[in-house]
Amino acid sequence: MPDNTRGVFSLIIINKAGGLIYQREFQSGLRNLSTNDYLVLAGTFHGVHAITRSITPKIPISQPAPSPATSSTGITAPAASGYSYPNPGVPVSGLDYLETDKFRMTCFQTLTGTKFLLFTDPLTGSVDTIIQKIYELYADYVMKNPFYQIEMPVRCEAFDRHLGAWLRGRT
Amino acid sequence: MAAPPRHATMQSISNGGIAPGTDRPQTQQTQAQLSQQSPGLRVPSNRKTIYDRHLNRSRNAELSRASFAFLFGEMVTYAQRRVTGIQDLEKRLNEQGYPLGLRLLDLLFYRSTSTSSSALSSSSTSSSPPNRPLRIITLLHLIHGPLWRLLFGRAADALEHSVSPDTPNEYMITDNDPMVNTYISAPRDMSMLNCAAYVAGIIEGVCDGCGFETKVSAHNQPTELWPSRTVFLVRFGDPVMEREKVLERAGVK
Repeated sequence: MPDNTRGVFSLIIINKAGGLIYQREFQSGLRNLSTNDYLVLAGTFHGVHAITRSITPKIPISQPAPSPATSSTGITAPAASGYSYPNPGVPVSGLDYLETDKFRMTCFQTLTGTKFLLFTDPLTGSVDTIIQKIYELYADYVMKNPFYQIEMPVRCEAFDRHLGAWLRGRT
Repeated sequence: MAAPPRHATMQSISNGGIAPGTDRPQTQQTQAQLSQQSPGLRVPSNRKTIYDRHLNRSRNAELSRASFAFLFGEMVTYAQRRVTGIQDLEKRLNEQGYPLGLRLLDLLFYRSTSTSSSALSSSSTSSSPPNRPLRIITLLHLIHGPLWRLLFGRAADALEHSVSPDTPNEYMITDNDPMVNTYISAPRDMSMLNCAAYVAGIIEGVCDGCGFETKVSAHNQPTELWPSRTVFLVRFGDPVMEREKVLERAGVK
């Protein structure tokens, strides 16, 4: 799989408050955005992601709850128990990827709410593997660095180095 | 020194005093008698005490690198509180490593003698005296080889003597990729900082434990291939150098 990561354009990491904490381009010739534009992009995506999560449709539950018992004890209970997500075991994820004919944007959200946005060529395969590896590098070289302050912009030389080396090694 | 022991290895040593490996049936009685008669350590006849082996009995005695990284990260954060500068921070890390070095030295000797004398069915601890290094070179080889293997599972990468005639008391131990610095990248305004000052403290403790007065410091010397290459500069004190000359004339090895 030599050309798996040839199409990796750029990476953005957004913290759980919607702030941009990392941005890096892996190919030259991309259209330049100013730092401010990147901040706006991160904040906007954070909002869109939250909206897509909350508009996940619910379906009505087939058998209604026993009405006489609940109506006497609680008022909000019947309304909430009437609908459920199609697959209650799986948490609601929101926007996962967005595809155009020129690029594909994949979003990976960690359990703590940090979001990794990877812009790739639409033909690039196994994006999930790439994003998992990036998450692993982040967990190693950012979260284990005692000089990194949580939720603040990532300025870790070792992370930059290993990320670049890994993507270059796979090209 | 002033800092309390914070390392896992020291924890294991202090645990060992409480619970020796093998227990007898009437533990309480024997313990009460022992405490009256001889308050020393009980040594099992087959010498399988807790000191002779790693606490971790798995095949390669592996420990989690991630948990060490988090622990060491917290140690750095702890040392960073109320420091005045980079040198102060490195001094604190050095002080955290120093007591570990003092104690590791004992453990290193204990284990090396126990393995060498295991062929003889030795039950007494005084079968062969521990070969404490007397000369500088033997000491440095002990650090470069056995100590590094005990700590990091491999020998250090280079051992050099200062070429400058002004500083004959300076030696350099090089580690191409120090394990403690694997996940650490210092911020740009602290680019001089090297958290392997902790390891330098361990080396200093080992040297001091052997009776060599030393100052050890860690320095960044990155190369293209090894971006976190670290040189530990070992500076022996003047009394040590004088003694070294005397020993050399006497032909002691």
